[in-house]
Amino acid sequence: MSELAITVLQFGLLLLLWILILSIIAAQGRDMMVSKRARTRAPGTDAPSAVTEADGTPATVHHSGKTPRPRPKRLVISEGPLVGTEIELGSIPIMLGRAQECTVVLDDDYSSGKHARLFPQGSRWFLEDLGSTNGTWLGDEQLTRATTVEPGDRIRIGKTVLELRT
Amino acid sequence: MRSKDLEGHPKPRRTIELLLLLIALTIGIGAQVLVGLNLEDTIDQRYWAVGGLQVILAVAFHIALRLKAKYADPFILPIVVTLNGLGIAMIHRLDFTNRYDGVAERQLMWTAISMVAAIALLVLLKDHRRLRQLTYISLALSVLLLFLPIVPGLGQDIQGAQVWIRIGGMSFQPGELAKITLGIFFAGFLANNRDLILLAGRKVGPLTFPRLQDLGPLFLAWLIALGVLIVQNDLGNALMFFGLFVAVIYVATSRISWVAIGVVFVAVGAVLAYQFVWHARNRFDIWLNAFDRDIYDQLYGSHQLVQGLFGLAHGGLTGTGLGSGSPQIVALANSDMIIVAFGEELGFLGLSAMLVLYLILFSRYMRAGLGTRDHFGKLLAVGLAMVLVLQVFVVVGGITRVIPMSGLVSPFLAAGGSALLANWLIVAIVLLISHAARRPIVVGPMLNTTGEGASGTEDPLRGRNTGEQHPVTGSQGSQMAPALKEGES
Repeated sequence: MSELAITVLQFGLLLLLWILILSIIAAQGRDMMVSKRARTRAPGTDAPSAVTEADGTPATVHHSGKTPRPRPKRLVISEGPLVGTEIELGSIPIMLGRAQECTVVLDDDYSSGKHARLFPQGSRWFLEDLGSTNGTWLGDEQLTRATTVEPGDRIRIGKTVLELRT
Repeated sequence: MRSKDLEGHPKPRRTIELLLLLIALTIGIGAQVLVGLNLEDTIDQRYWAVGGLQVILAVAFHIALRLKAKYADPFILPIVVTLNGLGIAMIHRLDFTNRYDGVAERQLMWTAISMVAAIALLVLLKDHRRLRQLTYISLALSVLLLFLPIVPGLGQDIQGAQVWIRIGGMSFQPGELAKITLGIFFAGFLANNRDLILLAGRKVGPLTFPRLQDLGPLFLAWLIALGVLIVQNDLGNALMFFGLFVAVIYVATSRISWVAIGVVFVAVGAVLAYQFVWHARNRFDIWLNAFDRDIYDQLYGSHQLVQGLFGLAHGGLTGTGLGSGSPQIVALANSDMIIVAFGEELGFLGLSAMLVLYLILFSRYMRAGLGTRDHFGKLLAVGLAMVLVLQVFVVVGGITRVIPMSGLVSPFLAAGGSALLANWLIVAIVLLISHAARRPIVVGPMLNTTGEGASGTEDPLRGRNTGEQHPVTGSQGSQMAPALKEGES
């Protein structure tokens, strides 16, 4: 085969490589736009970590005429041995239980070591039972999965009752 | 997933994959034929058999995806097939020189083994979350794999690096598989302990530093890396394992302080290695004084590096053409230095295209992690993406004298069965993660029959309204939470 033909084929190969790249980028389209909703998130609700941010779960969507829901700021223990204790809510998850490494160490014989976890997603707080012996109750219902907690809801762990306050 | 919800149901996009696969196979097989034409080899059945095998393997993988992971990322497979095909072509080209013989056949055989293994993993594993159960088994397995080469009688010392084992005439690098097992361990460990590491800490200025006892795992990872370095004389893998851990922990906690601590650890490790490991000091000398006459001439000197740089320069913008350069001057031209061979024969245009392919592949891995809903999957995808990008960085950085050269090979390109196998298995895992990320959520009829949001997809507006109307009923809000529940427990 002539030298010219081989040179042409060689350039064809390089061209094909770039065609492949361009077609991949074209086919991707808007697929890489993951943070579109994250950008519409309310200011001041900075997610605690890259992972939860990527989750992008209930990002607050603002509609004209609707004011954003007030954000819970404190966790208050309203019944039980530690009654009156208040914890500031930041943007990091809170672990509840008897174990010393928990954020809120409950002095309650009916709670488990790592009993439940309270974590923020967007502007909401979710409560999740961590496989405790006596269960976690929200209002009158026992938790079976991660559930939103509104300010004023009674969270019962053993003999302790906690509430979110705005 | 969530952004897809707004646009309707996600599409499998397997047809796009098939079209891209067509281009990919044309590039790989075309490159090989081009080598034959240029070196005046007859294009006979051998070429068609080799090409045919690649087509069969790629199509088999594609069909497996259609059947078992319909929503998997459509771009990963074409990119990997392209790189693997180009690698085989370049190894085939180097077989024409008097330094190498029959390496291309072996590489093709390993490609077949790896792809079949990857398909098997894809079909058998079904869901990446099952790997989470193997968190601590993976750690034990990693240590075993990493230290297997120093077992007397089993290990093999090749060019100063003790990373090989020999079983029945076949050489294998078990450390390559440790990339996967360590990735699984780090992801599983951090998915379980993320909160603990995230919660505690002391604030110093803008950085929050973790408690001393939480530093334990990081320290352990550092020790493993250093152990690998000292015991096996393997700089590249040491850097990769540690980089992997720091990247995953940073993603898990989003605390820059971990990266800062990691950099300090690397600096300390580098100083220690320079002081006590001859091999590492040698690499540093080569890196800093590559053009020194004495170092150039000595055994294990900078000859390889310098000739590699000359090779890249010889390639220029468009390269000498496949088969027209002389990449065989560089030692290990078909494995560690295969990037140089591509740089010389395909030029800047070709090599940069390959680096862009790596970049897209990395972004696809990360995209799989961003899309999936469970923490373990996220961290695993990010970790495996880091494995890929660190390998490319260490190889290309070493060749271009950005960092000291070390014994890593460029993924999918270089000759070497164990690396190929490990990288293809990683592809299978990431494809499963991306399938989990894009597949529509199926909610059982038990959860589906009541309440709004019964479609099983999440609608933040609807969930929010009901939340305001019935503030106390937990079950309403819980409609929103299935995604959260999945990964946690």
